[in-house]
Amino acid sequence: MAFINQKNKEVQVKIVYYGPGRGGKTTNLEYVYKKFNHRIKTEMVTIKTQGDRTLFFDFLPFNIGKIKGYDVKIQLYTVPGQVKYNATRALVLRGVDGIVFVADAMTVRKEKNILSLNNLYENLEFYKKDIKQIPLVMQYNKMDLAEQGIPLLSFENLEQMLNSDIKAPAFKASALKGINVVQTMKKIIYMTFISLQKELE
Amino acid sequence: MTYTLGKNQLDSIENVLKKDLIDLGVQCVFLIDMAGNIIADLHQAEIIHDIYSLAALAAGNFGAVNAMAKIIGENEFSLLFHKGKNENIHFSKVSQDFLLITIFGNHISLGFLRLKVNEVIEKVKNTIEPS
Ligand SMILES: Nc1nc2c(ncn2[C@@H]2O[C@H](COP(=O)(O)OP(=O)(O)OP(=O)(O)O)[C@@H](O)[C@H]2O)c(=O)[nH]1
Ligand SMILES: [Mg+2]
Repeated sequence: MAFINQKNKEVQVKIVYYGPGRGGKTTNLEYVYKKFNHRIKTEMVTIKTQGDRTLFFDFLPFNIGKIKGYDVKIQLYTVPGQVKYNATRALVLRGVDGIVFVADAMTVRKEKNILSLNNLYENLEFYKKDIKQIPLVMQYNKMDLAEQGIPLLSFENLEQMLNSDIKAPAFKASALKGINVVQTMKKIIYMTFISLQKELE
Repeated sequence: MTYTLGKNQLDSIENVLKKDLIDLGVQCVFLIDMAGNIIADLHQAEIIHDIYSLAALAAGNFGAVNAMAKIIGENEFSLLFHKGKNENIHFSKVSQDFLLITIFGNHISLGFLRLKVNEVIEKVKNTIEPS
């Protein structure tokens, strides 16, 4: 539910990182926070359990400057990926404008990715949103683990499994090493902005 | 879904918040939507809070409490209030999509605040969702 403030010429946009537990959503935001520290004036908000798992959400407000004369404020959120936290996960999705689906490229996490994507589909449906209509970027994370010989799903395999129907732009990434983290974010911001552009005219 | 508020609407909302709450000594008041976006925020000159984080947490908190209400068979909890030693925070639903949050000190009674907040809500509602 992007909000356009005509008085201050400001746009606020909500982007949510979704995906299976331990897939690397929080790590994405942590990387962005570190990388753009000088531009983010506030602390990152995290509501998590002792074991560092997200309990409710992470939140990072991000000012990207002016587009078309509007000050654009991006609010980045992550959801808790663990299956049992669906009630809070659904709450975070309220009013979402754009989604990054962070899939875990480890072969052992194959089923978890599919379950999480189905769950996203259902939760969006609850808010009367269509997964094929909303701006969405796929991120296949943990690609760095190949170096350690850990079995990973191939890009083609992941595309076929998760993205054959949605056909969203997709990135191979390593949130831990910061590979394609910023590119993923830029892409989703761009897509989200395009989708609300006609309202700015 | 995207929505826009114009300068006149926002001016009129800010006027109401200022006259009916800030001028009476409320520290901080902000109007947000349930996605956590900030529509208006006013505060006493000396107060600086991280309002973006507050708005995100407030929207989440309100959503969580409402979900609890549903589980125990209540439609919603109409009063949401946290009491601190010096500051208190009060949440009020304006409509399906909007929430009004006030932060106030102990020199203002909760009863008086609720009265004022209810008046404000009626006025604000007419501005954001003209019937
Ligand atoms: N090797 C590697 N490890 C990663 C990568 N991204 C995340 N991790 C690790 O995976 C674990 C889980 O990462 P998180 O970012 O907490 O995962 P999450 O998706 O937020 O998990 P939930 O909060 O439970 O939903 C952590 O130990 C991270 O360090 C990556 O790209 N490569
Ligand atoms: Mg997390």
